[in-house]
Amino acid sequence: MATVTQGMGAIGQTDQTPPATQPPRQSVIHEWLTTVDHKKIGIMYIVYALLFLVVGGFQALLMRIQLAIPDNHFVSPQIFNRLFTMHGTTMVFFVGVPILFGFGNYLIPLMIGARDMAFPRLNAFSFWLSAFGGLLLYFSYFAGSGLYGAGSAPDVGWFAYAPLTAKVFSPGHSTDYWTLSVLMSGIGTTATAINIVATVLCMRCKGMTLTRMPLLVWLYLVSSCMIFVAVSPLSAAQIMLCIDRYLGAHFFDTQAGGSAVLWMHFFWIFGHPEVYILILPAFAFMNEIIPVFSRKAIFGYPAMVAASVGIGFVSLSVWAHHMFTVGMGPVGNTFFVFATMVVSVPTGIKMFNWLATIWGGKVVYKVPMMFAAGFLFQFLIAGLTGIMLSAAPFDWQLSASYFVVAHFHYVLVGGILFSLFAAFYYWYPKMTGRMLSEKLGKWHFWLFLIGFHVTFDLMHVPGLLGMPRRIYTYEAGRGWEIWNLLVGVGALIQTVGTLIFVYNLIHSYFRGKEAGPDPWDAWTLEWFTSSPPPAYNFAIEPTVGSRRPLWDLKHPEDPDSSYE
Amino acid sequence: MIATLCKIAKFVTLVSLPAASAFASSPTNIFDSAASPARSIFSLSMLVLSVTLVIFLVVGGLLLYAMVRFRHRSHDSEHEPAQIYGSNQIELSWTVIPILIVVMLFLSTTRVILETEAAPKPSNSVDVKVIGHQFWWEYRYPKLGIVTANELHIPISDPKNPTPTYLEMSSADTDHSFWVPRLAGKTDLIPNRINTMWIDPPAPGLYLGQCAQYCGAQHAKMLLRVYAQSPEDFAAWVKQQQQPAQADLPGNALAEEGRTVFLHSACINCHTVSGTAATGRFGPDLTHLASRDTIASGPVQNTPQNLRQWIADPNVLKPGSLMPSMHLNDRELDAITAYLDTLH
Repeated sequence: MATVTQGMGAIGQTDQTPPATQPPRQSVIHEWLTTVDHKKIGIMYIVYALLFLVVGGFQALLMRIQLAIPDNHFVSPQIFNRLFTMHGTTMVFFVGVPILFGFGNYLIPLMIGARDMAFPRLNAFSFWLSAFGGLLLYFSYFAGSGLYGAGSAPDVGWFAYAPLTAKVFSPGHSTDYWTLSVLMSGIGTTATAINIVATVLCMRCKGMTLTRMPLLVWLYLVSSCMIFVAVSPLSAAQIMLCIDRYLGAHFFDTQAGGSAVLWMHFFWIFGHPEVYILILPAFAFMNEIIPVFSRKAIFGYPAMVAASVGIGFVSLSVWAHHMFTVGMGPVGNTFFVFATMVVSVPTGIKMFNWLATIWGGKVVYKVPMMFAAGFLFQFLIAGLTGIMLSAAPFDWQLSASYFVVAHFHYVLVGGILFSLFAAFYYWYPKMTGRMLSEKLGKWHFWLFLIGFHVTFDLMHVPGLLGMPRRIYTYEAGRGWEIWNLLVGVGALIQTVGTLIFVYNLIHSYFRGKEAGPDPWDAWTLEWFTSSPPPAYNFAIEPTVGSRRPLWDLKHPEDPDSSYE
Repeated sequence: MIATLCKIAKFVTLVSLPAASAFASSPTNIFDSAASPARSIFSLSMLVLSVTLVIFLVVGGLLLYAMVRFRHRSHDSEHEPAQIYGSNQIELSWTVIPILIVVMLFLSTTRVILETEAAPKPSNSVDVKVIGHQFWWEYRYPKLGIVTANELHIPISDPKNPTPTYLEMSSADTDHSFWVPRLAGKTDLIPNRINTMWIDPPAPGLYLGQCAQYCGAQHAKMLLRVYAQSPEDFAAWVKQQQQPAQADLPGNALAEEGRTVFLHSACINCHTVSGTAATGRFGPDLTHLASRDTIASGPVQNTPQNLRQWIADPNVLKPGSLMPSMHLNDRELDAITAYLDTLH
């Protein structure tokens, strides 16, 4: 690898010409608050999501302390119910979506050789909507209280099943804060999705046809299209709920003839595609990181694109597998069993293509690749427990138990969070110009890996032994004690790993090794400019002739363009 | 073949888990099936577990092999490895094989769905209406004229002459879910909607479970107790439950006084004691309270001390319970407890 990079000294340097006129100096805060630069907005998304990740993680830790021993009185049931509601809502809406959008915002224009997103002002607007949505949710702790001891923060669960959200069961304003904050972030999410689709379709540089786009960009395109379809029903349902609560409608108000199942359909036709909206960007990071560290082109690029689009379509018709226990009847159940099982086929294609990419390569185990390796195994297991859950009768036992909790944390933590950590170690040098410490990174990886497996492998077991989710305590003698205790220990280990990561982020920002434009000897356009890139990204709009423009540049004797 | 696979998988499960004892001792282990619905789920789960285990070993093994075998070594040449861009034949093979597995799993799943959900209902079944409440269970036996709460009594079902119990379920307030893992999978109780499920344990015993759909503050202490009884025991239980509450309480002045307190306080707005003025339906029927093993929907043993504590302030034993404290004095508490203890 070394010889290859030495030849590439020219990359980046050509783009470092200063702009002709310096803009007038402004305060740093003013600059960040008013910026419409996709890179700054991307970083703000990421930092904001990281703050919420710490908050949501802390909530998880409190819940694990409460559940570590039976009949514990560490927190009251009311507080526990708020904890899991806030944990779920925070992690999905104010960590998952913003952090993935952050990376997308930062990377997409760079990877397609553009100078910014298609609609920079809309971009800033979306970010601030999401940001204020999160603040609104947490403002409920101060302002949500109602009469008769109604709780402060929302306590209806992150999927807020009707009729628990009706005025009679949920007095006070906490549920309204939940509704409005989710609605607000949903509008921001939709606007960003519009922006991403427009950027990808209209802003690509010369030579970058759709079939030459990096897979990351493809996956963000699919994910954004899914957002259009999935977020709209959620927003509609939130508005209907507001009307129920304040204008006396009865969509979900069962006491007046409304339907509780209607809410479930509305929520899950958002909720399940949402999982894919989150996991597709995780696939996207893998599609960039695995080839670079295996030193090989991605195997089966057209199949990967087809599989992504396939996942996008099929995943829109699987939502009611969250509802196998609501009495849909054999026909409905059978349909959703089939749709759910089918989605494993394109997902399997992705897994096999990654395997084939590694096969025959020279895998360099830097920290991003270590996290990627963790991702591959954990996502495999998460997919297999998903197949178990898709078999409806098995799901009648497993649904709403700790097995399900373990399964989707395997997806969200073992899959998405691991891929995000990989992405941090991989693109941090581009964003800051400095490398993250490899040594701290390895500590982070091993501690987090061990903590993850102690927590989430063992968490499947109490589910098999009949432990339902969302209970604030349990009695001894059910065979659940030892598992819950160990799960708590694993949570502590993960916490230590995460603290090392946060320390690494801060420490390396000031003390990290200089990265240079292309520290990983990579092949996509973001490495063609300096680290961090200048405001305008590229001094001259690049022209590409293949999927790996930098490979062509580094290997003029054997360019990709001659094979595609 | 499936049966053999099941046996192998069961063996592997039992042997490989060092914590098999935790499984064996758990009264709510989903694999320890004690009725037909749970049993058919168990065989399906063993098939699914075996298939996924094989996939895990093959794909995980290949991944591990590739990651170790194709790692960069320090003495490697600095040349990039051969660039391979794909192969349609290979793509096709790893598309077709998963499709075949999916079809196989789908067909076996459908069979179990039909077996459970489309099973014909025999005419001699026992019918029970289950109504979920925040945070307790109401059981009504319309054919038998019985209303009770929190402890479900059913007859065992002889496989040769099955007498399954059919549960017709709904909710009075929020969503709940009926989950007794050893008997069947869960079924949700949803207001404005009637769901049914059936159970047929062949052996007598106490089967435990709890509410599995988040229903509010005390979702955690909404436990399920199903008593499967021999036909004789069940008949005796039915006979006893059909009696109204004892009208006179000879020689028990304290209980007499307790009845007066009970009938003159707000208790009767929510509770029923048949044969008296207490006809409330918001809380559990108390006509035969003393015949139950537990109070507070499962988590508390039905002893006079616990009962007294519960009446004094339910929130001590079950924070978030919807029953308010009546602010009774010690004398009244003793009297009411004595009265409730006579309700066999």
